[in-house]
Amino acid sequence: MSFEDMRQPIESGCPDGFQYMHPVMRKNFGMWKFHEHPKPGVLRHVAHSGDEIWTVKAGTQRILDIYSLRKLTEIGEKYGDGYVRFTIRSNIEYMVSDAAKVDPLITALTDAGFVVGGTGNSVAMISHTQGWLHCDIPGTDASGVVKAMMDELIDEFKNCNMPNRVHITTSCCQINCGGQGDIAINVQHTKPPKINHDLVANVCERPSVVARCPVAAIRPAMVNGKASLEVDEKKCICCGACFPPCPPMQINDPEHTKLAIWVGGNHSNARSKPTFQKLVASGIPNNPPRWPEATAIVKRILKEYKEGARDWERINDWIDRIGWPRFFEVTGLPFTKYHIDNWRGARSSLNASTHIRF
Amino acid sequence: MAAKKMYDTPMLDELEKGPWPSFISGFKRLRDDHPDERINEMASSLLGQLEHSYETRKGYWKGGTVSVFGYGGGIIPRFSEVGDAFPASREFHTLRVQPPAGNYYTTEMLNQLGDSWEKHGSGLVTFHGQTGNIMFIGTNTAGTQHFFDEINEYGWDLGGAGPCVRTAMSCVGSARCEQSCANEHAIQRWLVNNFTDDVHRPALPYKFKFKVSGCPNDCVNSIERADFAVIGTWRDDMKVDQDEVKNFVKAKGREYVIDNVITRCPTQALSLKDDDTLEVDNHNCVRCMHCLNVMNKALSPGDDKGITLLIGGKRTLKIGDLMGTVIVPFMKLETEEDYERLVEIAEETIDFFAENALEHERTGEMIERIGLVNFLEGIGIDVDPHMVNNPRQSSYVRTDGWDEEAEKWFARKSEEAAG
Repeated sequence: MSFEDMRQPIESGCPDGFQYMHPVMRKNFGMWKFHEHPKPGVLRHVAHSGDEIWTVKAGTQRILDIYSLRKLTEIGEKYGDGYVRFTIRSNIEYMVSDAAKVDPLITALTDAGFVVGGTGNSVAMISHTQGWLHCDIPGTDASGVVKAMMDELIDEFKNCNMPNRVHITTSCCQINCGGQGDIAINVQHTKPPKINHDLVANVCERPSVVARCPVAAIRPAMVNGKASLEVDEKKCICCGACFPPCPPMQINDPEHTKLAIWVGGNHSNARSKPTFQKLVASGIPNNPPRWPEATAIVKRILKEYKEGARDWERINDWIDRIGWPRFFEVTGLPFTKYHIDNWRGARSSLNASTHIRF
Repeated sequence: MAAKKMYDTPMLDELEKGPWPSFISGFKRLRDDHPDERINEMASSLLGQLEHSYETRKGYWKGGTVSVFGYGGGIIPRFSEVGDAFPASREFHTLRVQPPAGNYYTTEMLNQLGDSWEKHGSGLVTFHGQTGNIMFIGTNTAGTQHFFDEINEYGWDLGGAGPCVRTAMSCVGSARCEQSCANEHAIQRWLVNNFTDDVHRPALPYKFKFKVSGCPNDCVNSIERADFAVIGTWRDDMKVDQDEVKNFVKAKGREYVIDNVITRCPTQALSLKDDDTLEVDNHNCVRCMHCLNVMNKALSPGDDKGITLLIGGKRTLKIGDLMGTVIVPFMKLETEEDYERLVEIAEETIDFFAENALEHERTGEMIERIGLVNFLEGIGIDVDPHMVNNPRQSSYVRTDGWDEEAEKWFARKSEEAAG
């Protein structure tokens, strides 16, 4: 094809969502009064005009094959009003103006194998990254971890009876495409990269790789007469930041790439300011196809949170109230030297007071 | 015609068990039931490579350079390192497509997109990836161009990939939420569509993300994930429907209200009176949303709505996670001029970022390196005590411009007072 025949793109950018919005939502845009949560997976929003919109939310496998997508749209056409949206955790929401459509919609979704829930104080769908399916630097899979965990957490998704909502995230490398979560399951490498010195000079832009290291542990070097890079393994924090710009610096290892669990990340401004998640467990085996060790720890944390937290406490609020020593006590997780931060700003995480719970 | 190549997938088969919908079962439907050889062979090959990853605990995709004619980004290129063993998915690129603001779709439009994807791609799609794009997962280089050409004709455009302005995201917002204090979707489109060139042709030091939430519940995680976070808020008194307060107290009991609402207020701005009405110290309310969330019918945001702007949020790489910092505590967004001012701040920010950030440095990291004041002076925004938790604690600072700076403060204050 010659240059002249190539089609010029139309740079239309982000489309206007209004054209795809339920007519009741268009009509009452910015004029909503309150909402209720009549039952798990269902929301009822009432506008100042008196109009109502009902939402039915369902969890899916997130990576949809065309058959599953068509099943979802078919349900929306047959039982809903043909208007849907997706939440940031990849749940599908059907909006209908007639309350009588809610139950048939729930039945159709459930019969088709989708899971209605995820509203209110539920364990929401785990947000996840690409993993072995599509990422170029993954330490683990993402879809598989999430599928295996949601199999075990499905009742909490469906029942919505936690103290407050629980957002769980996963990340398949330490760069962390995944966000902050009440609980986060993230890759944690434990050994420095293994370098293929035959390839570095041809594949990697060496100064960029040196600059990428957070602890300045990488330097240019001649190895076996070849221009390459070397890592000061005493300084290396095994984060894997060098791997994306320099694939011959392989950070992933079937044995030494582990999973770590972090808790207390909260993006909302409700009650306290937004918080970052904190490390609670590491050294967890990266164990496909069902990662039982990681799931067991998540379930243990959730059990204690559900029993110990007061209404409306997110996991960070609960731990703020009971203190970290109690958190480790009730969950049975070990507290180690690795829990004490030594990165920039670490002093602010130390207890400079006599505030101690006994 | 030779039968398609099949691979044993004992580990992946384990992920077909259990009650949650299985993505593996979906892949197998494409492999076993789809009539088009291109699709069923690709699905089979993909399952083979994924099983290989599960067995060896390693990923086998490498990046490369693929884009559509006229653009420099928007595609995540993937070439298999084990393509000889799994040839039908040797090239398996993803197209990132910008969703409509608020992620609304008609089922009709979803079907149309699905039909186009079935023609040119693998039949696998995610709504949405972590940045917020529709991820059309899996096609070859020719397929990326054909698919894009087709959907671009009916209103869809690629998102960002690489060091560029990325696809933006906004919450459900005014379309369905009573807490919303802004038109999130308009804000998202004003911002990101002003930078389509920077979305499609990666030329920044690193990525730059816009996210918009309608209220401080921040359902799109903008403070922790966006370089440029816009959050709806209000500055007059919150609205209290005292009859609904009384109904709530009656239904839940005084103890519940005191334990779950009154004492949870971070600035002790609430008081439950003996007659079961609620008194609010609005001057000390920090708009945290907790009481509005719990007493949804009784309490609502005020009428004098606007937005707060925070800059510099990001995740770990390179210096550690950073939250965004308040740059504009409050601005109205009502007139076209108001929106233009917001876009102007974004332009100033991105220009300053493009000129001053190091390669692969995010906006928040640049601010950490040069100090907030240098950044503010660079984009022409005045300092404000809302930007800090507390003033400086260290005396290690040169202050010989103090009198001039104090004059600026008083001049601004008298300007504000004059209206």
